[in-house]
Amino acid sequence: MKRWLPLVFFMVLVGFFTKGLFLNPREVPSPFIGKAAPTFSLPVVGDAQKAFSPADMKGQVWMLNVWAPWCVSCKVEHKLLMALAESRTAPPIVGLNWKDKTREAQELLARTGNPYVAVPDDLSGRVGIDWGVTGTPETYVIDRNGIVRLKHVGPIDMDIWQNKFVPKLKELGA
Amino acid sequence: MTFRHIQQGLLTVFLAFSLPALANESATATTIASPDAPPTAQPLFADVAIENRLTLLSRELRCVVCQNEALSESPAELATDMRQEIRDLMKAGKTDQEVLTFLTSRYGDFVLFRPPFKPVTYLLWIGPFAFLGFGVLVWFMALRARRTFQSAPVNSAQLAAAARLLEEKP
Repeated sequence: MKRWLPLVFFMVLVGFFTKGLFLNPREVPSPFIGKAAPTFSLPVVGDAQKAFSPADMKGQVWMLNVWAPWCVSCKVEHKLLMALAESRTAPPIVGLNWKDKTREAQELLARTGNPYVAVPDDLSGRVGIDWGVTGTPETYVIDRNGIVRLKHVGPIDMDIWQNKFVPKLKELGA
Repeated sequence: MTFRHIQQGLLTVFLAFSLPALANESATATTIASPDAPPTAQPLFADVAIENRLTLLSRELRCVVCQNEALSESPAELATDMRQEIRDLMKAGKTDQEVLTFLTSRYGDFVLFRPPFKPVTYLLWIGPFAFLGFGVLVWFMALRARRTFQSAPVNSAQLAAAARLLEEKP
């Protein structure tokens, strides 16, 4: 028995390393989970006179989707967001246009459809930094009291939607 | 003794090992900056003090886009924005510690190359030393087992056989 101990020890290490190989390094735990969503006030794409602020969504569960017109994986995700918005199975989605031209965002949404209830325009990327955005797309779920409950890095597909978002949204009573 | 002390203690151990390397580095630095060197170029930035602080601090920070690169050397657009953000905070009179708090409250401890010593990182900080200690323990136990090793009793017939083998000419 005693002579097998090093092997057992080694196998345990191998187990840890194997698990590590299949972890997604982009999936960094957000410090905002369970904390109040950062506030901001930004002009809205399509109507620069209007401003959007997270306070406008108080009292309802909503999602903040960080995207940009140049972002390819956002285009993949866009189809699902459209389907969700049309079937009304998802809470309202706000699309933060992160560091890209206002006109391009407007044209793209006009051409391919707009799944968002509002598209705040973060030209400088400062709001993105306040929210801890590391890239596009990223999606946050915010509850009725303005607390961030979920963050997903990367495009949402049907599988992620069903297994990650739907249970959380149910829990929040959306 | 607080955790901070332990952390500092660990750092001292690391530094002790890397001191010769550091000494080497400063030696080369002095040879380059000789008194009759040609006049140096104008600094690229208006506020050199802030730029120096930014460079030093952002070496300790991770670029969140290209994750294994330091914020100071990352060409990623977001890294440029974050450096600008730090620059602005420093201009507004924030201390390095306040800048770090600003960043970790948004990106988590992940942005720090030197993670803080707290319950979730105990294994990370102490683990290697615990493993080393475990190894030394096993080594000592093996040594002791060897010292107290009792060879099996040998009878006279076996001794005679051994003597005969030793006397044999090759």
